[in-house]
Amino acid sequence: MAANYEYDEAAGHYDDQAAALRQQEVGYDPNFVPDSVKSFVVHLYRHIREKNVYEIHQMYETSFQTLSERLFKDTPWPSVDAVAHYVDNDHVFCLLYREMWFRHLYARLSPTLKQRIDSWDNYCSLFQVVLHGVVNMQLPNQWLWDMVDEFVYQFQSFCQYRAKMKNKTEQEIALLRQFDQAWNVYGVLNFLQALVEKSAIIQILEQEKQGLEQFTATDGYDYSGGSNVLKVLGYFSMIGLLRVHCLLGDYHAGLKCLQPIDISQQGVYTSVIGSHIATIYHYGFASLMLRRYVDGIREFNKILLYIYKTKQYHQKSPQYEQILKKNEQMYALLAICLSFCPQMKLVDEAVNAQLREKYGEKMGKLQRYDDEAYGDKLSRRQRYADEAFGIYDELFSYACPKFITPSAPSFDEPLVNYNQDAYRLQLKLFLSEVRQQELLVGARTFLKVYSTISLGKLANYLDVDESTLRMTLMTYKHKTHAVDSDGKIISNADVDFYIDDDMIRVVNSKPVKRFGDFFLRQIVKLEGVINDMDRIKVESAN
Amino acid sequence: MQVRGGGIYVFLYSILTPLVDCYPKGLNPQQSGRCFFSVAALQGSPRSVPPVRYIGRVLRRNRIRPKMGMEKEPQKPQQVSYTVEQLVAVNPYNPDILPDLENYVNEQVASQTYSLDANLCLLRLYQFEPERLSTQIVARILVKALMAMPAPDFSLCLFLIPERVQMEQPFKTLIVLSHYLETGGFRQFWDEAAKSRHIVEAVPGFEQAIQAYAVHVLSLTYQKVPRSVLAEAINIEGLALDKFLEQQVVNYGWVIEMGQGGGQIIALPKTEFNHPELKKNSGDAVPLDHITRIFPILS
Repeated sequence: MAANYEYDEAAGHYDDQAAALRQQEVGYDPNFVPDSVKSFVVHLYRHIREKNVYEIHQMYETSFQTLSERLFKDTPWPSVDAVAHYVDNDHVFCLLYREMWFRHLYARLSPTLKQRIDSWDNYCSLFQVVLHGVVNMQLPNQWLWDMVDEFVYQFQSFCQYRAKMKNKTEQEIALLRQFDQAWNVYGVLNFLQALVEKSAIIQILEQEKQGLEQFTATDGYDYSGGSNVLKVLGYFSMIGLLRVHCLLGDYHAGLKCLQPIDISQQGVYTSVIGSHIATIYHYGFASLMLRRYVDGIREFNKILLYIYKTKQYHQKSPQYEQILKKNEQMYALLAICLSFCPQMKLVDEAVNAQLREKYGEKMGKLQRYDDEAYGDKLSRRQRYADEAFGIYDELFSYACPKFITPSAPSFDEPLVNYNQDAYRLQLKLFLSEVRQQELLVGARTFLKVYSTISLGKLANYLDVDESTLRMTLMTYKHKTHAVDSDGKIISNADVDFYIDDDMIRVVNSKPVKRFGDFFLRQIVKLEGVINDMDRIKVESAN
Repeated sequence: MQVRGGGIYVFLYSILTPLVDCYPKGLNPQQSGRCFFSVAALQGSPRSVPPVRYIGRVLRRNRIRPKMGMEKEPQKPQQVSYTVEQLVAVNPYNPDILPDLENYVNEQVASQTYSLDANLCLLRLYQFEPERLSTQIVARILVKALMAMPAPDFSLCLFLIPERVQMEQPFKTLIVLSHYLETGGFRQFWDEAAKSRHIVEAVPGFEQAIQAYAVHVLSLTYQKVPRSVLAEAINIEGLALDKFLEQQVVNYGWVIEMGQGGGQIIALPKTEFNHPELKKNSGDAVPLDHITRIFPILS
């Protein structure tokens, strides 16, 4: 495995006992409520009741972070029981507070097994309340996205934790056996599916296209006095489902879950930077694994350009680091896609420049083929191929999601760590595709240079026999003609050819100059200038 | 403060009102007309929600499905496929549908139909509960996926099958077969398939499907293909090949010519893939919604 593949969370490690000890050490008193926290919860509660979405957003985004930084750097917030009486013991507010409490815990500290299970219970209660459709609050989209995102993240984290069986104590194993429903994969998927179904978000999006509903136009908020919580949670759950399916390796189902959202346009998913990036990252990764390289390149290009232009505005936000990390990962995925499908014209100038800076050298090595006639060609080619193989391994391991094994371990068998199994499988299958694509590097190099060449001659250059060459050329055609989502065949080859008995004729695809757009722009501009001139004449005539 | 009358829900907002009245003890009789849920009300309903803990077990025991309150009854055998597709679309994360999906795989094999969604759903359920995995069913799914080439269905299935299962037979052989097909190694493929008849002949229509894929790849690559190459790719020789070529000439417009070496050359039908001049040049096409920008100017 690549050395830079970090499978453990940055915040800590999975040793349950050490986590519990650490929390005790720092002298945490769950019942002590500082004044600033008291005023925080009182104000937040009031704003939620009064539906001041803007104020809620400010408190959630800024005040919570500031207080965490100042007072709760390495301890949890006060327990919900301690703050409950400041907010009339309101059940739903307590659920929301607990959700934030656990999120803070996961971010700053290491949760114990008991805490993980309690967090699961909290999510169950919260989603149950929402699913019964009786919450009448309006919450900012950022918060609702964070809820879904955190839900999936904690599920992923739990699966990782559970899979590390080697050092588990008797106590932990007993707890795992007892609470076998906590973070059960069926539970997680069914909750997300239930949110999608109950909110009828798919029908809403359909009706919006016909102009019968307002959803995207209001950014999901309900200006007629209702609540946006169920609808927006349903919307974000579609992205949550895409993410879970990618973690399980089912890319086809993931893309299907995302289908109701039209990612070629703005939507509620772009209203929160975190959800925008998560959507496109997983869409692009799924496209890569489904061999739809053009789709992946197109979407990565758009989002990387967007991040490039807007990242300075997010420098103060708590998600800045995460944005940067995903940015780097998506450049790596883009590099892989472009190596399989060299279509540079799909990539914007600015993105291309960044890509060259980060991965220019590596991408060069991936396409390197030795056509020099001196020395031991075959072993040199083998060396280049092995080097390229290593680079693909490195890029994939860096950029892939943290795959999980959804099934519970058998507690009776000897305890082994199997948290890497899912990742190993996906990597292995990806690399077998790489092996097949490697056969094409030589052919591609020569086809770029010749316009006509006989099979025999090309076979000679590549040091293979003619029947192997025929196989290679058929592989090239098969790999560059992908089956898209509608089942049609589309060609994504940069260099194309056809064979006439035993002659290969290479097709010169000249880059097409796009005149249509140019003329349209100029027409609109000219019209604008004429209008301006007309106005001046009229004014001066008066 | 707003009161929205009419309809099923009447929401009463008030500064003094908590967000949702859902205390175990709390039905406030004065705040009438307000929609809330209470545990008491829920416990009266047939889909009663037990205490919040262990919702997962609740989901499985009470079969709480996305469409709350809707039961999926097992249908009569001849309606199984319609119901299975519905199940997969509406309620795929449900361990109870596993037997239905397994039956559906056998039905696909028998009736020479194919459903990627249902098969992936089944493989997903196997992933969640590895002890229920049936080697025979998975092998059938993989053979069906091979027959779907050039679509990448075979890889999609492999992503969901654990590594240690893939290392056993018949999966090792199937992966080798897939590799040959992906890399145009048709001769090796037919040799290997002949050695593993018991795997591939369990699924009717296998040979025809692979031959169709071979013709597809040849059509992408060649304008004119030598007879020997074609024969190797579709594994038909001699008189049977002549008969096959006759059919293709009649139905698909193939043309048989004489080659330079004396052997036959088959000219495959012209498509945009082997005849670049036929490729519609979409590079300069301007989409309609861009032109609408200048409609005001033109009028």
